[in-house]
Amino acid sequence: MAYLELDRVSKQFGTTTVVDDFSLAVGKGEFISFLGPSGCGKTTTLQMIAGFLDPTGGMIRLEGKDLTAVHPAKRGLGIVFQSYALFPHMTAAENVAFGLEMRNVSRNERAERVRAALAMVGLAGYEDRHPRRMSGGQQQRVALARALVIKPSVLLLDEPLSNLDAKLREEMQIELRQIQRTIGTTTILVTHDQNEAMSLSDRIVVMSQGKIEQIGTPQETYEKPASTFVSQFLGKTNDFAGTIDRTAAPVRIVAGSWSALAPAGLNGAVTVSIRPERIGFGDAGLNARIVTRIFQGNHWLFQCDSECGPAIVIRQNDGTAQPAEGEAVRLTWRPEDMSVRARAGA
Amino acid sequence: MSMAAEERSVRVPWALTAPALMLFVGVLLIPLAMTVMLSFHDWGQYKGIEPVFILKNWKEIATDPYYAEMFWRTFRIAILTTLLTALLGAPEAYILNRMSGRWKSFFLLVILGPLLISVVARTLGWALLFGGNNGLVNKLLMTLGAIRSPIPFMFTETGMVVALAHVMMPFMVLSVWAALQRLDPQIENAAMSLGARPLTIIRRIIMPQIMPGVLSGAIIVFSLSASAFATPAIIGGRRLKVAATLAYDEFLNTLNWPLGAAVATLLLVALVLIVVGSNASIERRYAEVFR
Repeated sequence: MAYLELDRVSKQFGTTTVVDDFSLAVGKGEFISFLGPSGCGKTTTLQMIAGFLDPTGGMIRLEGKDLTAVHPAKRGLGIVFQSYALFPHMTAAENVAFGLEMRNVSRNERAERVRAALAMVGLAGYEDRHPRRMSGGQQQRVALARALVIKPSVLLLDEPLSNLDAKLREEMQIELRQIQRTIGTTTILVTHDQNEAMSLSDRIVVMSQGKIEQIGTPQETYEKPASTFVSQFLGKTNDFAGTIDRTAAPVRIVAGSWSALAPAGLNGAVTVSIRPERIGFGDAGLNARIVTRIFQGNHWLFQCDSECGPAIVIRQNDGTAQPAEGEAVRLTWRPEDMSVRARAGA
Repeated sequence: MSMAAEERSVRVPWALTAPALMLFVGVLLIPLAMTVMLSFHDWGQYKGIEPVFILKNWKEIATDPYYAEMFWRTFRIAILTTLLTALLGAPEAYILNRMSGRWKSFFLLVILGPLLISVVARTLGWALLFGGNNGLVNKLLMTLGAIRSPIPFMFTETGMVVALAHVMMPFMVLSVWAALQRLDPQIENAAMSLGARPLTIIRRIIMPQIMPGVLSGAIIVFSLSASAFATPAIIGGRRLKVAATLAYDEFLNTLNWPLGAAVATLLLVALVLIVVGSNASIERRYAEVFR
């Protein structure tokens, strides 16, 4: 049985639907990311789980019990806010202790658990520091410790790393994952950063305009995107317009001068989408010309002008000679590396 | 060339501020200095002001308990007014801050309203409502039989505090409101998610954070109330004088300018000391937290 279950949850503000028919079952200990551009309803969904917003329709259940009937103060969820929302008039230790105080934990046990929580996030010795005297990364850790010290049933993270610089963000990602693995708290992360979602989560929920586009493991959503939106949002991708050629036998899929055996179940106009790192240069395939060639250390980035529009190709820098700018090439890929979808509006 | 440029860059700010500076010196500093000097001059019923340097006026203020009473009343009224505005103004600002768009701007206007009306008109309004037997409210309550005799308001300290609090309320509300604006909008949610109930959130999370706003509002209200003239003059009149009305009377009725100047100077010095002192202690107290 699912630990946390969102059953056809929706949220409307006036006539605008912000979250539409959101269903998700989260297993105990799972790390889930809500990924999408701003305004896709991911934060609204998180706030409904937290209880700061009431869903317009649907049910949210935690261990089978209706969560929406429980006051937010009684839900026992740990939340890390984008702005951290630390209490500036309290020291780090007082911030972390606040939740325990509200639970009437005895003074001695409180001190012990606060100390352990701060140590876990690498802030031992910072107990008496006020948040304004700490760096962004340290404040982030205090916020995490404050959320975890109450042993929450679910940890909700609302873009917790977006205010950190790139290097620190990467460090925190690794640390966050390790902490989550160690204590095994069911975690939901809201983010617009696809790298963050992919490197942290067990499963990603890709959202767009209030709707779920795809739920899957990072690999699934990257390799087998369910929609053009998902393939565009998660990493770079090439979308070529193709058609299924019924006149050939067996039936073939054709995109410009490239063709392959058609996958079953599709007809007419299709979109062929291939990741740039899965395209190679060959003797046969899609006709293209290299427009720019950019060297990026461990790989080469090619921008090509193909029969089916612009294309991006990434080749590993394995020491072999690469085509030069202006050179005519043939783009080729293995059929299993592409995903084919019916083309909308055709 | 760089020397010339440097010289110019020093001169320009001075030149630009010169007009304002001259006005400031001419209409504030010089008269103030003259008032201070005046307080050391002698005065007699028949001889008028004599430009000598004596401590007669200061000695009189220091020894005659009449003046001590005046100053005590002034500060008592100012302190009570400050407490009243803080008690009513802080919750008012909090509620205002939680209102949504249109209501917020409407009630902000209501709160700022008193500032748009002359202080004399506002105070006379209180007199119309509570002034003796003819006050509207008194009349109504007496007709209804709720009270036997009119509620004493005019010529009472209570009346003065209430009228002053009404006048000063906007300063407190705006000051607390400014502090509330600096609050993290998620801070209440954060406290709630940790299990805090609404009252606990206000007491443990909101109050400590808006305290600097309340205190700076208190400084404004206190200094304005202690030096207020119009409201005490109308409500208290001659019967219940405060430092400002006392100085006024010495100047314009007794014509004892030097004594009036001494009262005014003492009020100024006392206020400056209190305001600067409390401001410094507030800054020290909150330096660690609100850098």
